Formats: sequence, C-alpha cells, structure tokens
Amino acid sequence: MKYVNAPVIKKDAMALVTGQPVYMDDLAPKNCLIVKVLRSPHAHALIREIRTDSAEKVEGIACILTYRDVPKRRFTMAGQTYPEPSPYDRYILEQRVRFVGDPVAIVAGETEKAVDLALKRIKVTYEVLDAVLDFHTAMDNPVLVHPEEDWQSLCPVGADNKRNLCASGSEGEGDVEAVLADCEIRMDEVYHVKAVQQSMMETFRTCTYLDTYGRINVLSSTQIPFHVRRIVANALDIPKSKVRVIKPRIGGGFGAKQTVVTEIYPAIVTLKTGKPAKMIYTREESMIASSPRHEMEVRVRLGANRDGCIRAIEVHTLSNTGAYGEHGPTTVGLSGHKSIPMYRTEAFRFQYEVVYTNRMSAGAYRGYGATQGIFAVESTVNKLAAKLGMDPVALRRMNIIHEGDIMPAYYGETASSCHLEQCLNRAAAMIGWEEKGLRTVMPDGKIRGRGVAMAMQGSAISNCDVGSVTVKLSDEGTYNIIVGCTDMGTGCDTIIAQFAADVLETSIDNIAVYGVDTDTSPYDSGSYASSTTYLTGMAAVRACEQLKERILALAADKMQREASELCFDGEKVFDEKDGAQMSLFDIATASMCNNEISLEVTYSHSSPVSPPPFMAACAEVEIDPETGAVELLDYTACVDCGTVVNTNLARVQTEGGLLQGIGMTLYEDIWYNEKGKNLSNSFLQYKIPSRLDAGKIRVEFDSSYESTGPFGAKSIGEVVINTPAPAITNAIYQAVGVWIDELPATPEKILRGMKVI
Amino acid sequence: MKIHLWLNEREITREIDADLPLLEFVRSEGCYSVKRGCETSNCGLCTVWMDGRPVLSCSVLTARAEGTHITTLEGVRERAEAFGAFLAKQGGEQCGFCNPGFIMNVLAMEDELTNPSDEDIREYLAGNLCRCSGYESQMRAIKEYLRSRKDELPLNGETE
Ligand code: FES
Ligand code: FES
Repeated sequence: MKYVNAPVIKKDAMALVTGQPVYMDDLAPKNCLIVKVLRSPHAHALIREIRTDSAEKVEGIACILTYRDVPKRRFTMAGQTYPEPSPYDRYILEQRVRFVGDPVAIVAGETEKAVDLALKRIKVTYEVLDAVLDFHTAMDNPVLVHPEEDWQSLCPVGADNKRNLCASGSEGEGDVEAVLADCEIRMDEVYHVKAVQQSMMETFRTCTYLDTYGRINVLSSTQIPFHVRRIVANALDIPKSKVRVIKPRIGGGFGAKQTVVTEIYPAIVTLKTGKPAKMIYTREESMIASSPRHEMEVRVRLGANRDGCIRAIEVHTLSNTGAYGEHGPTTVGLSGHKSIPMYRTEAFRFQYEVVYTNRMSAGAYRGYGATQGIFAVESTVNKLAAKLGMDPVALRRMNIIHEGDIMPAYYGETASSCHLEQCLNRAAAMIGWEEKGLRTVMPDGKIRGRGVAMAMQGSAISNCDVGSVTVKLSDEGTYNIIVGCTDMGTGCDTIIAQFAADVLETSIDNIAVYGVDTDTSPYDSGSYASSTTYLTGMAAVRACEQLKERILALAADKMQREASELCFDGEKVFDEKDGAQMSLFDIATASMCNNEISLEVTYSHSSPVSPPPFMAACAEVEIDPETGAVELLDYTACVDCGTVVNTNLARVQTEGGLLQGIGMTLYEDIWYNEKGKNLSNSFLQYKIPSRLDAGKIRVEFDSSYESTGPFGAKSIGEVVINTPAPAITNAIYQAVGVWIDELPATPEKILRGMKVI
Repeated sequence: MKIHLWLNEREITREIDADLPLLEFVRSEGCYSVKRGCETSNCGLCTVWMDGRPVLSCSVLTARAEGTHITTLEGVRERAEAFGAFLAKQGGEQCGFCNPGFIMNVLAMEDELTNPSDEDIREYLAGNLCRCSGYESQMRAIKEYLRSRKDELPLNGETE
C-alpha cells in the first residue's frame, strides 16, 4: 500500500467526530483561575490613575495586575524565528494604551462572575491623546504611537518609531521608469484591502500551571509552540528553561495563532499566584483585540505594449500594522514577492512602508500579504485586458512564467516546478470559458460575468524555517513519530505519517504520531508560511531513511554480516544471497536488550529555496442590476501544489481556503467608528460565509514535481485564499462594467459604480 | 435553584445558578463535546437536543431544561461514529471544533427529513458555521451517508 497521493483518513478523525475532550479547555485543570483583561475605551491615552482597591475586595479575586506590576522589558508577540523582524514594542501592560481594546489591567479570580464584577470596579483616569486612525496620515505624523526610548527593532527592516514606521524598503531590477516611459500602455491603479478576520471557530485560549519542577506549563491553542516558549519567557523576564508549551488539538488557526494573543496573561497570573489560570477569549475579543490581516493599500503601475506584452510592474504597498508591529515587516514583503513574479517583465520595482496606527494590531492570516498584493496585480492585469479588448486568459498566457524561468522578483529563484499555464487552461476549461464568453445577459435581466485570476505563494521561509521529525522503532516493530509542527485541523500529523509509512514500507496504522510538547518534540519553527508538508515532510523522509540505515546496522550486528550486504523491506532485514533474515519484531526486541545502536533518529531540515505552489481560478457571477446583488454561480480552480500528498485533505484545504477568500471578497467587512472603536465585533456584524453560500466550488489539481520537496510536494495551505478577490471582481466588471478596488464587493458599491445610486 | 433532568439518559438533580446557560452546565457535567464559538447565537457549535429537538445550548438557560431529556454528542456515540466515518472519509472533519454541533444537527435532520434535496440540507444546517472546510466536503459526506442509510449499507463509511 502506498500512502502518498492517497485519500488517507486523518489519524485523529474519529476522536474529533465523536467529540472527544482534546482541546485546550477540555483538558485544562478544573481549578483554573479565570483570567480576563480590562480594555481601553480610548484609541490613544495615558493612564493617569488606576485604582484597584475596591475590585480587590470582590470575593474570589486572586490577583489584579496593572502596568506597575509587569516587567519593563519590551517584546513582540509575533511567532517568528529569533531575532524577530517584528519590533520589540510592547510590555504586558503599559501606562500608554494604543487602541480601543488595549489591555489596561489583568484580573484573575475563582469565578467568571467575580472577575466580571472586579473588572467593573477598577477605576481608571485617562489622559486622552490624539490618535492616528487613518493609515495614510501615519508616517511622520506628529502623534507618535511608539514614542518610547526603549522601543527596539532587532533586524534591519527600515523601521523608525519616531516616524511611526514599523518597516520600509525598496527593491527592484532594471529601470522601471525608463521601461514604463517606453510602454504604449501604462496603468496606475490603487487598491484597498481591509483587515479581515481569520474567524477560526475556536477563539484564542490558553491555560497555564506550575509543574513538579516549578516551571510554567502553557497549554495553548497555538501554531507556534516553540516561539510561545521564548515569547512567554521574554514577556515574564524568566529563563526559557522555566517554560514548557504543549499544543493540544486546536480549533483552527489560519495564521491567527501565529501570534501570542492570550498566552502571556494567564502566564503572568500563574507566575504571581502559583495557581493554574486560564484565559478564553470571547468572540468579541477575537474580533477587537487579536491578529487580523494587515490592511493594505497597494498601488500598481504596469506598462505594456499594445499587443499585450507586459514589460514592467511596480508595486507600492502601504501596510497598516496597527498599534503593535506583529508580522508588520514581513507580511508586506509578500505583497510584492508573491504577485510580481508570476509575470515575465523587463523591469520591476517593489516599495513599501508599514506604519503604526491606533488600531488593533494586525498579524498573520493565510496568504500573509500575498493575498493583498495578488488582488492588486491580478486586478490590474484584468484591467489591462479590458483596456486592450483582450481575453484576460489569453493575455496571461502571453505573459506568465513557465517551469525553468528565473523569477527576479522572487529572490531570483528559478521556477523549478511550475504548471501555472496548465492550471490556467484547466480552470478556464472547467468553467467553459471559451464557450460562454465574458458576459451574458439573462432573459430576466440579470447579467452574468466571468473573471479569472492566478496566484502563487511559497513553501516555508527559505534559509530560516526548521522542520524536524523524531522517529523511533518501538516494541515489536511499531514506530513512534514525534513532531513539533502543529496540526490545526490541516492534518499534518497524518501527512507526516504518510511520508514515513511509504519510506519505512509499513502500514500507517503501525505508526503513532505525537505532537507537540516543547520538552519532547524536536525543534520546529511551527506551522506557518506554508511550511509543514514541504519542510517537516522532508525532515520525515530523511529521518526515516536514516532510521532504516540504523535498522540495517543493528541487524547486521546481530546477524554478523556487513550492513551493505543486507536489504530492508519494511518487515524484515534479509540477505538476498542466502535468504538469512531477521524480522523487524526481532530487531526491535534486540534494540531493547544489550544494545548501543540507538534506533531513534531526529532530523532537522531547512531549505535554501521556497518553491511556489501555483494556481488559477475562474469565477462566474450573476448580478441583479436593480439591486446590485451578486450571486456566485460557479468557481473553478486548478492547483499545482506539486505532488498531492493527501488527495482528500488537499481538496478540503482548497475548498476551505477558497470560501474564506470568497468571504473576504463579498461579505467580510471590518469597520470602526470615528473614535477608533471596532464595531464589527461579532458574527452578527462580521459575516463569514455560511452553508448557504457554499456549493459553488470545483477543484482540480495539475501537479508539477518539486525535486526539493518530499515525494515532489510543495505547499497548499495559503495559496488557495488568493484568487477569489481578483477573479470575482473581474467577473463583476465583465457583468456590469464596475471595478471594485476596495473590498468587500457589496451591492452598494456595485450600484454606486453603475451610477444607479 | 434546583434542577432535575436527564442528561444522555442519566437522571440528575443539581443545585445551579438561575442564569447558568445550558452550554456551561453540560460541560460542567463532563459533556466536553459541546463547544462555544460565539456570544450571539450565530455559530451552532453548541447544538444539543432537548427532548430530541436541536437547540442552541448557549441560548437556553439550564433552568429551562427542567424535566427534559438533554442529549449531547456523547449520548449518540454510535450514530456519531457512523456519520463521522463518512465525514472522515472526505477529510471533512478538519479541525473538528464545529463537528459536534454540526453532527447533532445532521442526525436531527436525518430523523426529521426524508429524501432532503441539497437545498433542504443547506437550509436545515445553515446555522452551523464551519471556517475550515468550505462546507463542500461536509455536503459530500452527508449525501453519501444518507445514500448508504437508504441502501442500508453497513455503517462503516465503506461504499464501493
Ligand atoms: S455558541 Fe455560537 S450559537 Fe451557541
Ligand atoms: S472543521 Fe474547523 S470549523 Fe469546521
């Protein structure tokens, strides 16, 4: 049986479908203190006085902490490899509050009621300050979000807190201005993508307790256990050895949990009280004080010849990191690095500024800046097609990259595996592109339009991310695999086991997988940046190959032969010449008695390249010109993620990511009042797609083979969210002639574009 | 106040706060399958049955459950496994956090509707949000499951 490229059922499936207690709050000690925070009602203020005496008298309150009680040591909550590109710009609590919702005090008590009452009794006097709410005005604004002297940027990312600048930079190749000047057609377009929410069903949550050794144990719904260990220790100013992090099953992440959103609050309570503590975010908190997508304004300048040949692309991104810099310097990079390289050009330039404002901090969300950049570049290419009167699919065929092409805007990497054109052709064929044409007026007056877009992403952060796997042979020839990558429903525990089963030529049921515990798992950067299948998967392949060598060595020792004379077939080691053999059962047994050859291997893997997965998609919408209502009729997508490792899970990743992308295109909207208060703070206001919006997605795969990936695989998790915005807005344009440059594409914007209102 | 009810056919009497939501009550009784995803009755994660009918346990006070039979996923384990096998066969369980509420509603739908169309299914389950799956795999699983029940195939998710 081969497991790679098969519809293997997830190892944790039956536990999940029968509702077993496997999530953080199911496993938390029952005597946890309940931890909540008091939040600032102001976008920017200084705490002049804070009185907790009356709150402390509430029965059952264990501790109340204010800015006076926390370490004066700045840190970042961004889950990134140290030294983090994200600036060290926060304390656990601070006298200055920087957005509506910024924590002012931490309250822990025996019951939720006691904590709620205490929160009400804390008296705070604020000196309200002018706030920076519009990110266009942030840079060099006289109001500084981070005026403090101990603000620190650890990496050269072009940051300057005295200019409200979290990062800035510029790169390029060739003379963009000269090429643009020489072009017959020049486009100059600006797009606005808002700070949409990941909205995973399990909100942010953590519990902490002391173990036998007096160390803080952190049981958390996180994508980044090893980064949590470092960040919690930094925040509490305690040695890293004093922290252990455990990841149970987690109820979705999508990047949200690549930031330490809740961990530090119960952790400091446990540190101060010695008691177990837990913090469970409400949905409202998850909406107003979390880690959403970076709001970006992306300007695209594009030059082309009249025949459709694209010659230069410039992307200029302004990104809003909000009150703190989590993932600010890095997300912005993808807006250029993952959009421009899809096209062959003579010259390109990519410039960016990331600014601080008095909004909630942004973070990591599936796509990580690529989504914003691809919306802008793909929309501009669609506008070019419209301007030239060309078919947008045909225009792309003329200009896209192919396998073997060098991508100057993607770190000069070569597209070593690329079926982008095949994906484009397939997605178009699936929707009936040629037959249907771009626009159809229906007998009832509604109008149908069809649009197209492409996308790429990366596979892990090159020369940085580390994926590790420990594999060991255990009793009777069974295997244990221990990982540090974080399955968040994506199925990576199973995917790692699929690779291992094929390398070890064993049944997947013969392999037990465990993760994650920072005390026992091998170091892994965590599950983000589309890294796990590609990077940790390769670590699994290599670890298992090395274990096979150890198995041969031990068998050779026992059989008194040379290992080079022996073969392993998954069940036994044997000598082809005379048929002598030793079963895996016996080898395992022999390893546990009078033995010095360890049948345990840990392999750590990093990659010098980050091979992009590619995809293309077509959308068909129907618009009611009277109401502006958009109905998505059909969405076809074809993905090149290299070898499809798990045919079910890859499909579901794609379908799930596409619907998230459809959500941000058509419904999901985040809005603030003039004081900077986020009003889209529940599922009543912030509408994610429901089942009634489903049933329109059709997915196929066209796989290239990536030689640096395990069994030829690349990533899939993120690329799938990038096409809906440009494809659907293209379809809307084809139907009614309106370009939607600011998401979401609401009926109101469409009617306004049609000049009906 | 005192409350007396049947939780997964176990008769219990408890002293509770009058404002305790049923969701928190059943979890405190060890029914950890029941999850909360919102405070605004929008997500369906907390779905349980009250006298056989699906309710949002976040929006029902425990006091209202006096004398009723409350069923959570723990109480219908065999049926959950049967349908769950179909869901797992599609890879549709994903993070699993929405699964218990969703499955409670799927089973209620099975009991209530005969030969539901795709539209009927979507309508019936509209209140059960899922952020991972895009709903497509859940739909495939439901249809295969219902088909197998009709054909009285064995309950192991195996079709040819
Ligand atoms: S918890 Fe969301 S509907 Fe009950
Ligand atoms: S499976 Fe994760 S929310 Fe439905």
